[in-house]
Amino acid sequence: MALSFMEGNEAVARGAIAAGCSFFAGYPITPASTIFSNMLTMLPPNGGICIQGEDEIASMGYCIGASMAGRKVLTATSGPGISLYSEQISFAIGSEIPMVIVDVQRLGPSTGSATRGADGDIQFLRWSNTGGLPVVVLAPKDALDCYALTAHAFNFAEELRCPVFIASNKEIGMTRESVDLDSVELPPIVERKYSEIGKDEINHKYLPFEADKDSVPDFLPIGCKTLVRQTSSTHGADGYITIDPNVIGESQERLINKILNAEERLTLYEENHRQGADTLVISYGVTSRAVEDACKTLSKNGKAVSTLTLKTLFPVPQKLIREKSEQYQHIVVIEMNMGQYVENITRLLPEKKIVFYGQMNGVLITPAKIMEVIQNG
Amino acid sequence: MDSFLNTKRPPVFCPGCSHERITKAVDTALVKLNLEADKTVLVSDIGCSGLFDTFFNTHALHGLHGRALTYAAGIKLANPELNVIVTMGDGGLGIGGAHVLAACRKNLDLTLIILNNFNFGMTGGQYSVTTPSDAVVGSEFLNQAEIPIDICEIAKSGGATWISRCSGHDSSLPDILCEAIKHKGFSIVETLGLCTGRYTKRNQLTPKVIDEMIERLPTYGGIVEKNQRPEYGEQYRNLANQQKSLPELLKVDKIFDLKDMKRQEIVILGSAGMRIVTAGDMVCYAAISAGFNASMKNDYNITVLRGQSVSELILSPEKIGYAGIESPTVVIALSDEGVQRRIKLFSKLEPSTFLLKEKSVSIPETSATVVEIDFKEYQIKKQDWALASLGFIAGKNQGITMEMLDFALKSRFKPAVYESAIEIVKKLATITM
Ligand code: SF4
Repeated sequence: MALSFMEGNEAVARGAIAAGCSFFAGYPITPASTIFSNMLTMLPPNGGICIQGEDEIASMGYCIGASMAGRKVLTATSGPGISLYSEQISFAIGSEIPMVIVDVQRLGPSTGSATRGADGDIQFLRWSNTGGLPVVVLAPKDALDCYALTAHAFNFAEELRCPVFIASNKEIGMTRESVDLDSVELPPIVERKYSEIGKDEINHKYLPFEADKDSVPDFLPIGCKTLVRQTSSTHGADGYITIDPNVIGESQERLINKILNAEERLTLYEENHRQGADTLVISYGVTSRAVEDACKTLSKNGKAVSTLTLKTLFPVPQKLIREKSEQYQHIVVIEMNMGQYVENITRLLPEKKIVFYGQMNGVLITPAKIMEVIQNG
Repeated sequence: MDSFLNTKRPPVFCPGCSHERITKAVDTALVKLNLEADKTVLVSDIGCSGLFDTFFNTHALHGLHGRALTYAAGIKLANPELNVIVTMGDGGLGIGGAHVLAACRKNLDLTLIILNNFNFGMTGGQYSVTTPSDAVVGSEFLNQAEIPIDICEIAKSGGATWISRCSGHDSSLPDILCEAIKHKGFSIVETLGLCTGRYTKRNQLTPKVIDEMIERLPTYGGIVEKNQRPEYGEQYRNLANQQKSLPELLKVDKIFDLKDMKRQEIVILGSAGMRIVTAGDMVCYAAISAGFNASMKNDYNITVLRGQSVSELILSPEKIGYAGIESPTVVIALSDEGVQRRIKLFSKLEPSTFLLKEKSVSIPETSATVVEIDFKEYQIKKQDWALASLGFIAGKNQGITMEMLDFALKSRFKPAVYESAIEIVKKLATITM
């Protein structure tokens, strides 16, 4: 087993390249900048395009344009940048523009601490679009996940025609680790589904947002033989403004259901079921590593505790959480924030007592603290 | 094609609005140039000028206020074959000013048509960045306290290669637009026009007054000599082609067998300029060569040439979970700043911790086993202290061995750098305390 040594941000870039990404635009920001610098070494020599936007809004604009011209696109930022992204995020969600957005989270709010980690943007990612449409958010726990989940993110983005977020963290993005990338089985790469109508010759029947109920419209790129319209305004199937309440209502429902109905397909997780355990600890991101360490130690000391690590945060893997929690009396949720995800779990498990511990002070939650929470829970 | 206008969606502007004339002028220009509809994209943003994309049978992208140039740039970079034309009002010009400047500097082959009608028509006639101070607009007195910008002047100093200013009523507008679209690089056409719905209701503005305004303003008739240079996309692709391909990812096999593989937690406490991160990197590669997993967390100031530089390393035969340091096995203290950064660490150290400290560095009380070395005595430069200390700990088989370290240096450094690095490493490798 040969190992390489890289930070999570480099692994994101490698995952993107493996998924066929050929366009990156971003604006420098700690702790996400090294995704940009890695893409800058990887894309240009191979005919790809890597651009430093004049600001974050522009970076998203470049990505939207390039995606609409048919490219697989990536951008990366951190808290202050994702805040600026939000007007364009709404556009990409509402107008079904595929892209992968990495948020290497740093301690907020606001400029916060550039070099301190946190999982403080989880709810921001969920709700950053005006309209409140559902989104896909994946959370890596280490560099290997950064690699694999980025590939998954591209697949989901292309398949569902939507932005997919990767909620990384300074503690993953900028921590270097030994990794065996060859040990990762990447998912088969999904290409954007082009419309059969109008792909190779002009066909006025092509409507850029025509789709079956709850499904995803077939894509044609701007620059294709058949003319394509894209708009950030409320639109009908033809891509022109509409005020027809039925058309609008159906389209909103479709935008919601295309994501929510894909819950199972989108659910990624890891679990460690321990014989005889009556407690399940649910966590995600870098915190789940300390959780696993804590539970390992507890098990050695005679108290078996199981773990569930969520890799997909949104859409909430409801079925998974319900199923995996079923046999446990006690549920513990640990987050590197003051409690942004736990309510999604309490909501699903009203009959269970849920112990929560959250910490957001710029340092990692230690295994010792987690053991204390589990034991006193 | 004799017209690109979408007959199903005729212009819907207020009667007398200059936008309507400009719409027709754009159509005439597209026809004159004989552009292919499927190779032409109209990009627009918000406001009355943002309706433009709906009137034409071309590709179209309509987006957020002021951001049209960003989408246009993405499209053009992704597919350089396309003719990309952007329309923007004076509102978009203000809110998207940074993008206009970036487009001027870049010189990507886009055409920007600015529909300047001196106010925000759609939202109620509020003042914009081009509203004269003495105009009567929907923002009460606010415009009186500011002055309008001259976008042509700004674009010129910003590096735009082609600029023209004309009336929206100018009969030569289609020809001007043709020239702008043909120009290989970023071209701006500022059209001055009437917003009959709002602006001209309270201000004396007629086509004649606009002509007089243009007379008074600096003249822009296309090519800006001093800014001529290659188009951005071509430049970009030329430069990109010259970039070297990324070297293969370094993969290290287990080549050394350690009898006793124990987890190590190593903390290097130093300052900027001491190459602490490089030293940490070497330790990790050394460890990987003996089949360890490794993780490295660095802590340095955002002003990279000042302040502490701390590297925290975990080397473990098992997969590494929590990547924080809990009980260090080795601490290397090379600067007071570094020590201060982790001051709480020292009281928790056990006698089993090996602590190497440079003579000049002061550390708080600790139970660790302390070894002090005067690096100056060995004539080691400050920037080499970290590397030299690796030689010392490897010589004592603390965490890593000499052969592991030698391997790491060889695989990470070019031969010449390796030679000098190994010299430094050897300086302390054989000393006994
Ligand atoms: S409000 Fe002004 S800019 Fe808008 S359509 Fe009417 S006249 Fe034209």
